Amino acid sequence: MVINQDMEAVNAIVREFHRFEKSLNGESASATHEHRQRAISHFAQTGFPTTRNEEWRFTNVQPIAKTRFCVPLDAAAPAITEQEIQPYVLENSIRLTFVNGLHVPALSCVSGLPSGVIVRNLREVLVQKETADERRVGALVDFQENGFTALNTAFVRDGAWIEIPDGVTLDRPIHLLYIAHKADGMLLTPRNIVVGGPNSRLAIVESFVALNNDAYLTNAVTEIFVDDGATVEHDKMQKESPKAFHVSTTHIRQRQRTTLVSNVINLGGVLVRNSTTCTLTAEHSEATLNGLSLGTSNQLIDNHTTIDHAKPNCISHEMYKSILDGNSRGVFNGKIFVRKDAQKTDAKQTNKTLLLSDNATIDTKPQLEIFADDVKCTHGATVGQLDDEQVFYLRSRGIGNAEARDILTFAFARDVVDRVHVDELRNQIESLVHSKLHHGRLVS
Amino acid sequence: MLEIRDLHASVNTNEILNGINLSVNAGEVHAIMGPNGSGKSTLAQVLAGRNSYEVTSGQVLFDGKNLFEMEPEERAREGLFLAFQYPVEIPGVSNTYFLKSALNAIRKHKGLDELDAVDFLKLVKQKMKLVEMDESLLNRPVNEGFSGGEKKRNEIFHMAVLDPRLSILDETDSGLDIDALRVVADGINKLKRKENATIVVTHYQRLLNYIVPDVVHVLVDGQIVKSGGKDLALELEAKGYDWLKSSSPVSA
Ligand SMILES: Nc1ncnc2c1ncn2[C@@H]1O[C@H](COP(=O)(O)OP(=O)(O)OP(=O)(O)O)[C@@H](O)[C@H]1O
Ligand SMILES: [Mg+2]
Repeated sequence: MVINQDMEAVNAIVREFHRFEKSLNGESASATHEHRQRAISHFAQTGFPTTRNEEWRFTNVQPIAKTRFCVPLDAAAPAITEQEIQPYVLENSIRLTFVNGLHVPALSCVSGLPSGVIVRNLREVLVQKETADERRVGALVDFQENGFTALNTAFVRDGAWIEIPDGVTLDRPIHLLYIAHKADGMLLTPRNIVVGGPNSRLAIVESFVALNNDAYLTNAVTEIFVDDGATVEHDKMQKESPKAFHVSTTHIRQRQRTTLVSNVINLGGVLVRNSTTCTLTAEHSEATLNGLSLGTSNQLIDNHTTIDHAKPNCISHEMYKSILDGNSRGVFNGKIFVRKDAQKTDAKQTNKTLLLSDNATIDTKPQLEIFADDVKCTHGATVGQLDDEQVFYLRSRGIGNAEARDILTFAFARDVVDRVHVDELRNQIESLVHSKLHHGRLVS
Repeated sequence: MLEIRDLHASVNTNEILNGINLSVNAGEVHAIMGPNGSGKSTLAQVLAGRNSYEVTSGQVLFDGKNLFEMEPEERAREGLFLAFQYPVEIPGVSNTYFLKSALNAIRKHKGLDELDAVDFLKLVKQKMKLVEMDESLLNRPVNEGFSGGEKKRNEIFHMAVLDPRLSILDETDSGLDIDALRVVADGINKLKRKENATIVVTHYQRLLNYIVPDVVHVLVDGQIVKSGGKDLALELEAKGYDWLKSSSPVSA
């Protein structure tokens, strides 16, 4: 039951679902649609999570729960030119572009794929898959996880389907470019399925950007399957509008001898929640989870991560950093599970926060649950300001106070930025971070 | 060039400098010696503008301008340079980026154009030779993981690039091996010009064989208790500081 919540807002979303349903001509008898229906019923019962839920204790989503959203239907995608998206494009990439959640082939670029590689809009693929196993939607992210995963599942339609066959190395990154444009009041629910076949190597970039200062909700879900011997880099660059809500759930399942790098970069949004889960289901795998969040004014940026060591001999490294100014708030919750079986696990978690104002705050919570005995697990969290000695050293060489602070603030962010291996994206992030630094402060 | 008059400074109400008088003219080299904790680094840091020290009274003129009315960066842009006793590590900022920002800030102040990457690199290469600095230290983060000697050499390298008029070298010799000491001292001598002045803070007479001072001062308990020619350093080497500890202060 939805308790203490705006029932009317929940009902409004259910009405949106019926409108959405009607727009899916002919598809409403499909298995995918049954799945949607189950998800919306679940949402109707539970609504959005509240702060009484331990997982949402520090992140009050009331502003989202109070908003009346509409879901953009096909005809609603506004016309945008290649020119307008240029600043966010990665020149040398395979690209799927989505405007307000809807795939826009004209702004996409999927030519010249190596044989067997599939990069397509999710909805085209789902109709061809007979079984739930083949469809994979929901295989890693359960719609019952919370109201957001339920909503995303209820409105599953567009997104990326990526399949890299056995042994293929992609030499270009796959770029999923999500653009919000005239998106006021919209609920955007992209869903991505990524399958890195055995011994494949690939990099996927998800960018979330806005062309205006609209208030909307991006509620994204990505499921990544990393098969034996595969190497996957997943970069997420979130620069939503300053008024936007952004909730994303990413779940990565790693098989044997795999390597995964996840970089989550938060530069925008007013209320942001990223939940990244990585399950190490077989031996000799390595997961690296990095995050960088820049918050100012009244932004709330919440990063929840879970690394689940289910089997022995795996390594995980985690480095999440935040730079917070104004009245912004950061939340970091890092769970590491080491199951009974997972001997010789080597897990390291670090969370560092740089506070640029007295009013900015961070709630950080490492959560290690270790059931194996022969393991190495470390975690550490630091919260601090710029170092006076460093500032003085720079100034004593002629660098102005404001510039010295900007240089040191960027330096704090640098090691996470450097972990993005997609060169063009890293350069883009670097200049976006630079553009947010001004006279020792963060601007939105 | 530099005129220090009755300078008093304290930290947390602890008086550390107790009335320093010192004047340094263009073209001169002054050495400041003195026991541990006597206030040498404090004097150097106060001159560079470190705000954790409170200047309680006195005056310092740098080319006739009141030093205490200038921010640390303004002092640097006006030509003051401090080589730190303990150079600070700056992870995430490359040595070249740092130097380029510093040099361009100083050039801008002087009304000069910023150096582009090519000219900057040329200058850097030339100055690197002067102090025989390893090129690999250029692209590493400032001082991070540098050995003690590398840090000191890097300070002199910065000095060579920024070309200050008044350099204060706080124990630049400590931590340098014998060969490095000679190289660094040679570098400092090559940078010496008649418009420039240098203050070297040191514990060892050895450095002063290379960098010959015009005046040697002895700082004890926050006061200059004795000043003299270069032979004073030899005398200190032989006798230590005890014989000076009861002397009354002199003006330089
Ligand atoms: N921030 C501070 N807080 C407390 N005491 C300080 C501080 N800075 C300096 N002092 C004290 O002031 C005195 C002078 O220190 P300073 O570093 O100037 O000595 P020094 O002459 O450079 O010594 P050394 O030869 O060991 O380098 C010392 O007793 C030191 O402990
Ligand atoms: Mg000292």
